[in-house]
Amino acid sequence: MKLKILVLAIICFLIVASLFVGVSDVNLGSMLNDPQALNVFLTSRFPRTLAIVLSGASMSIAGLIMQMLMKNRFVEPSMVGTTQSATLGFVVVTLLYPGASLMFKMLVSCMAALAGLYVFMLIARRLPPTAYLMVPLVGIIYGGVIGAAATFIAFEMDMMQFLAAWINGDFSSVLAGRYELLWLTGILGVIAYLFANQFTIAGLGKEMSTNLGLNYSTIVSIGLGIVAIITAIVVVTVGAIPFIGLVVPNIISRLMGDNLRVTLPWIAMMGAGLVLACDLIGRLANYPYEIPVGTIIGILGTVVFLYLLFVKPAHVR
Amino acid sequence: MALFMTVNSSGNWDFVLPFRGGKLLALLLVAYAISISTVLFQTLTANRILTPYIMGFDSLYLLIQSAMVLLLGGLGYAMLDPAFKFSIEIGIMLVASVLIFSSLLFSNTGDLYRMILVGVILGVLFRSLASFIQRIIDPDDFAVVQNASFAQFNIVNTSLLQISLVLIVGVSIVIWRLRHILDVMALGREHAINLGIPYRRYNILILFLIAILVSVSTALVGPVSFFGLLVSGITYVLMKTHRHAVLIPAAFLVGALCLVSGQMLFEHVLGMKAVLSVVVEFLGGIVFLVFLLKRKTL
Repeated sequence: MKLKILVLAIICFLIVASLFVGVSDVNLGSMLNDPQALNVFLTSRFPRTLAIVLSGASMSIAGLIMQMLMKNRFVEPSMVGTTQSATLGFVVVTLLYPGASLMFKMLVSCMAALAGLYVFMLIARRLPPTAYLMVPLVGIIYGGVIGAAATFIAFEMDMMQFLAAWINGDFSSVLAGRYELLWLTGILGVIAYLFANQFTIAGLGKEMSTNLGLNYSTIVSIGLGIVAIITAIVVVTVGAIPFIGLVVPNIISRLMGDNLRVTLPWIAMMGAGLVLACDLIGRLANYPYEIPVGTIIGILGTVVFLYLLFVKPAHVR
Repeated sequence: MALFMTVNSSGNWDFVLPFRGGKLLALLLVAYAISISTVLFQTLTANRILTPYIMGFDSLYLLIQSAMVLLLGGLGYAMLDPAFKFSIEIGIMLVASVLIFSSLLFSNTGDLYRMILVGVILGVLFRSLASFIQRIIDPDDFAVVQNASFAQFNIVNTSLLQISLVLIVGVSIVIWRLRHILDVMALGREHAINLGIPYRRYNILILFLIAILVSVSTALVGPVSFFGLLVSGITYVLMKTHRHAVLIPAAFLVGALCLVSGQMLFEHVLGMKAVLSVVVEFLGGIVFLVFLLKRKTL
């Protein structure tokens, strides 16, 4: 119990820190006196912090759902091509309909993410179930191929710089009026929580689910849909945030087990906290210049992933 | 290959022969390195989807470039003797691969997939570190590093060719003499041990040879991921045999054909408009995906 309160306190601290760290001088005193500071706070700091919390939480939830549905602890949206498919969809639609509204582009991106995910599920079904670690490997190659396609199109159409902005998750461009789509991910996270028990059962496999009376294919479709939409929204709004969906559910699972109804809120909170911490590091490491959060997570996330690979959990929960 | 040397040369033989000859040799070496290393890797892992190039060598290469620029500054980096730089790059990559492969040595089950996954993750780690460094250095220095990000088949430094030639020819002789052992190892770990092959020892040896090939090709032309897959896929389809005595030369020829004709296309037909590596990656990726979805088994 004490640990949980400590974690909550840390997260609150991180949120407050994120609200007040930055190049401009914004603190409570200056906000009351200086309209400029208040403007910075409302237009940039607050939306940015909110965006971080929402994307961190929702990417963790998406990773969790994917792990449940694929029955493999080492998969997550950016490692099975979903992020790359969303990026590809976005690049293609920007190319073909540059004047289209953001909503339309996001819709196309969502469908691309869904398609990419579906194709990967087809591939994963062909893999021998005993080669547990082959699935993430194939996923990475698959994601790499799609990424190469997106790079190819961007290179030919001179959009490489545009693409680079999406490949690496970056919160520095989050302003009020450009991040509202992320609220949708929050709603999806809540929906995931409502379905938490069903996802837990679905994580036991098709036979067990049918045995227990669950409509397996419907739940799988809902789960995949949630994952694809969350991924697409986050990619379109802030870029790709890798590894959060992998690292956070694994850590929480080792600490608290697999009952989703219990662990989902904690996963969301830890995901938010982790991305907050990384973003803070990104803002402070090369002050006053910012390092994109995707890079920081790339460094931190890989180290934690290696730890997860090599250190087996103490006992089965 | 004759076409490569002669098309559009407009008679300036003094220049053309050494220039194009050097390029041709470089392309052949790289083709050999990439194709053979992929085929060997796929034999070892009994899996036609994987390629050694996902194991992070290209990211390590990028990281080495970025670190060198960070330490020496853009000017110092540009003034480095190419041969010296080349040997440092290969040296570091070999050390890294020995470290990764040694994890195989110390584990009982010899879980190859875990090692590959570690390689991939390390690749992401190196790429992120390189990106981090790139963000800290001067924009001028960054321009120097950015060139290293894409595989460059055009300007292959011919002075490096001598070292590469020696290395690759040496490796290829060893591989050719191992060809029968490779056939047995393709049967899988249990069968190979059953038939009397010291599996673990040869595993490490072949991985080391693959590491040399991958390091040399990455240091010569930059990062390539899917070209090897493209070549090995075509080779398996064309030569419906498992015997490495046939597969190895076939892979080399297919790879050389693809690379040389691709480069020719680019230079003469498309007028150097696009970057060969991007197209190759793209095509390789598509072929790979089609291949993947059509097969019933791996």
